[in-house]
Amino acid sequence: MAARVGVVVFPGSNCEHDVVQSVRALGAEAELVWHHQDDLGGVDAVVLPGGFAHGDYLRPGAIARFAPVLEAIARFAADGGPVVGICNGFQVLTEAGLLPGALQKNRGLRFVCETVELEVATDRSVLTGGVAPGTRLRVPVNHFEGNYTCDARTLAELRDDDRVVLRYVDNPNGSVDDIAGVCNAGRNVVGLMPHPERACDPLLGSTDGRVLLSALLGASVPC
Amino acid sequence: MSDRSTFTALVEVQLRPGIADPQGATIERALPALGVRSVRGLHAGKAFRFEVEADDHAGAVAEAELVADRLLANPVLEEWTVTVTGPVSEEHALAAGAAGGTD
Repeated sequence: MAARVGVVVFPGSNCEHDVVQSVRALGAEAELVWHHQDDLGGVDAVVLPGGFAHGDYLRPGAIARFAPVLEAIARFAADGGPVVGICNGFQVLTEAGLLPGALQKNRGLRFVCETVELEVATDRSVLTGGVAPGTRLRVPVNHFEGNYTCDARTLAELRDDDRVVLRYVDNPNGSVDDIAGVCNAGRNVVGLMPHPERACDPLLGSTDGRVLLSALLGASVPC
Repeated sequence: MSDRSTFTALVEVQLRPGIADPQGATIERALPALGVRSVRGLHAGKAFRFEVEADDHAGAVAEAELVADRLLANPVLEEWTVTVTGPVSEEHALAAGAAGGTD
């Protein structure tokens, strides 16, 4: 039985259909989950896609984290369910306190929109299970607030616990320790700024995103 | 009718020391073009004004601090200050409401 992935839609999300399409192309099922829903409908994994939830008003993710669906996601995550936040989804997860740190404006106040090289830092996460550390992947980034930051104690914790999931080979935004993605202590909640769903078709210049989404589907045990 | 009064809250949000503030730095760099060479340490931030209904001043401060801490600022990046004034007299509050509602 194929895994079912719930893709959360906030007013202003704009990558949800890309995620749905790339997940279906990998043989899994995908459905949209509206932010007012307080129930995830029994999905096996959740993806919070990129975009500009609530227009990025106040701060990216600051309003979205109060949506009813976030309570359902927090419960799902507490039970060990796989949750991945991509770009704006990563910002929402940090604002919701499901991931540590925050995403500040890029170094030099530059919006970055390019395909970058990532290095897998750990295979101990729902997004990188079975992917050898050191593996390099070409995946696009597209953000203004992608400069990952956290206090020194949190950074030490992330490093010591092997919770940095992905690093930039050539840091495009000033993120501390070249961090492109991190996970929670349970390793089932991952946030990353790059867009794996935009690197799943040769037409788009890279298919390396499939490696990450396939790992997520592998970690999503159908009910 | 309750005895609650209306207070005015001002929440100012600033980036924490050590968090890069390229916006503030860029504004400061523009000042010499205005002939101003005496300004240092310019920081950009956000300000929020709102009214709070509360029993007393302390209650209004507590409510405004909750709003500042849980929503208006992200404690990883920012710090905040709250200034509460009032209570505003009822006539003044009505007048301000009417003025805000025109056009």
